[in-house]
Amino acid sequence: MLGAFGQAVRLLVSGDRELYFIAWTSLRLSLVSVVIASALSLPLGFLIGLKSFPAKKQLIAFLNALMALPTVVVGLLVYSFISRAGPLGFLGLLFTPAAINIGQIILCFPLITSMVYSALSRLDRRLPETLITLGARPSEVFRMTIWEGRIAILSALLSGFGRVVGEVGVAMMLGGNIRWYTRTLTTAIALETSKGDFELGLALGIILMAIAFLVNFTLHGVIKHER
Amino acid sequence: MKKVIGIALALCLVAVLLPAQTGRLRLSTTTSTENSGLLAVLLPPFEAKTGLKVDVIAVGTGQALKLGEAGDVDVVLVHARELEDKFVADGYGVNRRDVMHNDFIIIGPPSDPAGVRGMRDAAAALRRIADRGAVFVSRGDNSGTHVKEQSLWKAAGLSPSGRWYREAGQGMGPVITMTNDLQGYTLADRGTYLSMKDKVQLPILVEGDPRLFNPYGIIAVNPDRFPHVAYFEAMQLIAWMTSVEGQGIIGEYKVGTDVLFFPDAVTK
Repeated sequence: MLGAFGQAVRLLVSGDRELYFIAWTSLRLSLVSVVIASALSLPLGFLIGLKSFPAKKQLIAFLNALMALPTVVVGLLVYSFISRAGPLGFLGLLFTPAAINIGQIILCFPLITSMVYSALSRLDRRLPETLITLGARPSEVFRMTIWEGRIAILSALLSGFGRVVGEVGVAMMLGGNIRWYTRTLTTAIALETSKGDFELGLALGIILMAIAFLVNFTLHGVIKHER
Repeated sequence: MKKVIGIALALCLVAVLLPAQTGRLRLSTTTSTENSGLLAVLLPPFEAKTGLKVDVIAVGTGQALKLGEAGDVDVVLVHARELEDKFVADGYGVNRRDVMHNDFIIIGPPSDPAGVRGMRDAAAALRRIADRGAVFVSRGDNSGTHVKEQSLWKAAGLSPSGRWYREAGQGMGPVITMTNDLQGYTLADRGTYLSMKDKVQLPILVEGDPRLFNPYGIIAVNPDRFPHVAYFEAMQLIAWMTSVEGQGIIGEYKVGTDVLFFPDAVTK
């Protein structure tokens, strides 16, 4: 364990370009996936949290159930669509970074939506009502409500980030662990483990954790600052 | 704020929808060629020469061929001659070439409880392991090594089952590690074994049976069946691997002092 820690530090300071590339790939793919997923999740979470409509309970239950989806199942599902033998095969997406993004978006979308919904439903209901009486446009109501719940929403986004940056099923199956292209920290860990190099695998895991900490602290810092 | 979010979103969409890049060639291959480090020395000169980028997808031979059958890769480098011939006969692949070979070995615990050390007949060795009920770890993943193992059990006149026979369903590396932990026996390709032998206590117990011959072949995916495949690029890679230069790199590649693969394509 100590050896792995030492190796993690050595790797980080050694200036190994491949390691930086792998870490950057992990970070970039996860951030892009979370941003796109939240573009869908925020409006949907807002709707579920503050409006009433038929089958709302069922929708919430459905989203909660989707949170339990194993990453490998999401990978398989997307795979069957984007393989050349599948309906979207003509797009040539399999084994590209975009394929990983698609899988990751499906993975974190239910989680972020559920957390946004529960964050917004805990807000004072009078806020949107007052805004509406004051003649605010729907887009303004949306924006101000989201702003009001920003701390909890940030937690939702970070949970989504955590779900995708640390998963290996989607990245391996849809990305193919291709060197200098779709290799992420998690697939690199799987590869090193399969080669029996447990210490290097552990060192990569420590680096992954370091990135997760960094992202969390940075974003929390930004939000606290804007208060 | 709104503008920033909008721009960020747009950038993300562009990044995702960016069309699959051209100049890429997809090679599905077995874990042994990738994990042994061979491709890391064999491919860069090819990429420099042609300007192509080779995407290596390292899986078991069975899955590597499946990727070819779905048209998801342009070229396959595998080691299971019967499956390869079927792949070509069924019209999924064309222009198969022999590239190189090494051999399979039976490895096991230094104490060798089944007493197979030094045997030349691999099938007889397996039969003895089964008779003694010693732990045997099988790949169980339809890889080239697994296919070879099954043919050896068949030759031994046995269909293995029982608590001593553990089907791992994993790649060669994890299976060697598992065999080491269980102090059992397994069939391994020599390349992967040599790249891991310092990490385990599993000496080679059986080798030299002609049935343990392990040839690797490279096959282009049929462009008539899958018009989208990078056929010319695939043929360039086949040309490289079977060229005097490429074969030289294969023959000179060593881990420590051991040669891992023996080139087959060019007769000297």
